[in-house]
Amino acid sequence: MIAILAFYLFATLTIASAVAVIFARNPVHSVLWLILAFFNAAGLMLLLGAEFIAMLVVIVYVGAVAVLFLFVVMMLDIDFASLRSGFTRNLPFGIILAIVLLSEIIIAGLSWKAGPALSGRHIADTPAIPNIVALGQLLYSRYLFAFELAGLILLVAMIGAIVLTHRSRRDTRPQNVAKQNARRPGDATRMTQPGVGEGMKL
Amino acid sequence: MIGLTHYLAVAAILFTIGVLGIFLNRRNVILMLMAIELILLAVNINLVAFSTYLGDLTGQVLAMFVLTVAAAEAAIGLAILVIFFRRRGSIAVDDVNRMHG
Repeated sequence: MIAILAFYLFATLTIASAVAVIFARNPVHSVLWLILAFFNAAGLMLLLGAEFIAMLVVIVYVGAVAVLFLFVVMMLDIDFASLRSGFTRNLPFGIILAIVLLSEIIIAGLSWKAGPALSGRHIADTPAIPNIVALGQLLYSRYLFAFELAGLILLVAMIGAIVLTHRSRRDTRPQNVAKQNARRPGDATRMTQPGVGEGMKL
Repeated sequence: MIGLTHYLAVAAILFTIGVLGIFLNRRNVILMLMAIELILLAVNINLVAFSTYLGDLTGQVLAMFVLTVAAAEAAIGLAILVIFFRRRGSIAVDDVNRMHG
């Protein structure tokens, strides 16, 4: 009973906040609605028994991607009002398109026959081993190459983002590490033995 | 009892909302990227639901890869957005013609 209630709560909130992402006037509000949608989708995945993916959605999507969006939205000084000019013009056709697409997906889903593997049994009720353990065993044995490739994709994305947004500025005086390391005591200091009362020249 | 079709319906609606968002906000790249994230989230819900109801963890592994690609795509997309904004002073993309294809 509580699972059914939780499902409808999470599903309704996910869809409602997804709609709010699209229709919010302020992009900052859009990002915040997006965070709510991610949290509720994580709840749906928890109900499905996929604890690790649910936590991953919270950590990666909310903790990294949504915060990145928030930074960019707040950092760039954008006139968002002018960007909404085509919104109402596109709205009727967009709604029609969305309805057609949704009905197509539903028709495709209904015409799909459940195979013998999918005869209504629910696996995740009493798992023999925890979800994370099973996922780790699978990930580090059968899907090791794909896993490494995912890491490579992240590396490429990181380097690409840095290379794209990096700019060398002329008006700053950054630290020159090589020059600092090449500097020897003889270049900078001088040992003198001044006599009493003579003082010294600089 | 909540069945597989319930989750598939949620994912289908989420996917449609994402497509609608891309269609409606054709000038605003940030909202387009957010709509792409919604679409990928719908795909993830589908994968996890099928994984649970088939008793096969491969779906969850695939969902992890989708998550990875979504994070990489968001990072690169926002980086491109930042340099585009530096050049043009706006993010209106429906009049991007500087590269000519």
